[in-house]
Amino acid sequence: MKRGGTFSLARIEPIPGANLALSRTLAVEAVVAEGLDCQRGGRTVVSGISFRVEAGRALALRGPNGSGKTTLLRTIAGYLQPAAGGIEVIRPAACASKPADEGVYHYIGHANGIKPRLSVIENVSFWQGFYSGAADVEAAEDALDAFGLLNLASFSAGHLSQGQARRLGLARLLAARRPVWLLDEPQAALDVASTRLLERAIAAHLASGGLAIVSTHLDLALPDALILELGKPQPAQ
Amino acid sequence: MNAFLALIGRDLRLALRQGSAVGTALGFYLVAVAIIPLGLGPDLNLLSRIAPGILWISFLLSAVLSVDALFQEDRDDGSLDALVLGPLPAELIAASKSIAHWVTTCVPLIVVTPLAGLLLNIQAEALPKLLAALLAGTVGVSFVAGAGAALTLGLRKGALLLPLLILPLFTPFLIFGVGAMATSAGAFEQSILLLFALSLFSVAAMPFAAALALRLGLE
Repeated sequence: MKRGGTFSLARIEPIPGANLALSRTLAVEAVVAEGLDCQRGGRTVVSGISFRVEAGRALALRGPNGSGKTTLLRTIAGYLQPAAGGIEVIRPAACASKPADEGVYHYIGHANGIKPRLSVIENVSFWQGFYSGAADVEAAEDALDAFGLLNLASFSAGHLSQGQARRLGLARLLAARRPVWLLDEPQAALDVASTRLLERAIAAHLASGGLAIVSTHLDLALPDALILELGKPQPAQ
Repeated sequence: MNAFLALIGRDLRLALRQGSAVGTALGFYLVAVAIIPLGLGPDLNLLSRIAPGILWISFLLSAVLSVDALFQEDRDDGSLDALVLGPLPAELIAASKSIAHWVTTCVPLIVVTPLAGLLLNIQAEALPKLLAALLAGTVGVSFVAGAGAALTLGLRKGALLLPLLILPLFTPFLIFGVGAMATSAGAFEQSILLLFALSLFSVAAMPFAAALALRLGLE
């Protein structure tokens, strides 16, 4: 990951070390869904979803349990095939030659994607190296620092509390930069202070031209976010 | 390429720290080889004649033991979701898992094979042939096993189904692996070449099967 211009920006922003300059090749103008029907296990869970999220904005998915927030996020990420409609990632003309959805998303689901046998820093360093292709210890440490885990860096990840493990999972977002964050209940298991850290990370990400689609049924402050209300679970047909 | 190496490196490090998977495979291999002579009686000539077959069969059964964890752990802890969004296509993720399986399971098993052969009174001149056949064939074994592990991903009790699924696919490796020990002229060279061919085919084809299964497994 290029780190050009990081230092001057980092002084202004409250997030220590968050690399705010998304490299231009990764930039995304908007994520657009049109007439999207999402299915899981052959059953249509949400239907007729259309939205357009521009860079720098967040989309909050709200709705009761079973309303299809996770299904929608997993469909956007490409894990599930949509039953109808489609999702388009609009990139600036400069990088139109690249496949539209390659290397765009970060997805944080209910599981944290961390290995208890590895230390905290090894966990985040792995994701950093895996996503960006070159080991960068500083980026990994900055990501830990942004979520207040730097003092635990050499601890085994298996000894972390629920909230700390969640923060370690979230640190992946900052260790390797990607323009679109798909977050499924990211504040689960986080206390108030940690939720503020997450809000700051999301805000810095949006300010640097990224975008985020966040499912949440708890209070997570997302300044001027678009809101998509998903309805009641539909009866099986 | 760096992402590929990072993934293999992480899997090797995890296997090293965990140790249980490798230890179970090694222990099963040595125990199986040690108790078979007890069942066959003290006929040393018989033992040395059937030693290659017993070693191959025990080897394949042991290698299957550690296969089910290949993708399952990554799926359960959410790592697989994050891996498939990364820069590697699913085919290369599957290939890296198979390589990690070969290094952490097959190589240790090959290393203890001379000791296991000793328990079966294997002929000294047969041992190098056996080791060569194992080196040539087990790469393919790991890749077939990787595809099987991806296919049973997400099934409850998938670990029980897995041996049923992949052991039959090991038959060609077993036939040519034991065939390499035949004393007729040219048998060793032919069998080794066929084992190489099987391994190359598995390395080339199995990651695609595994990737297809992985994508289904994420649903």
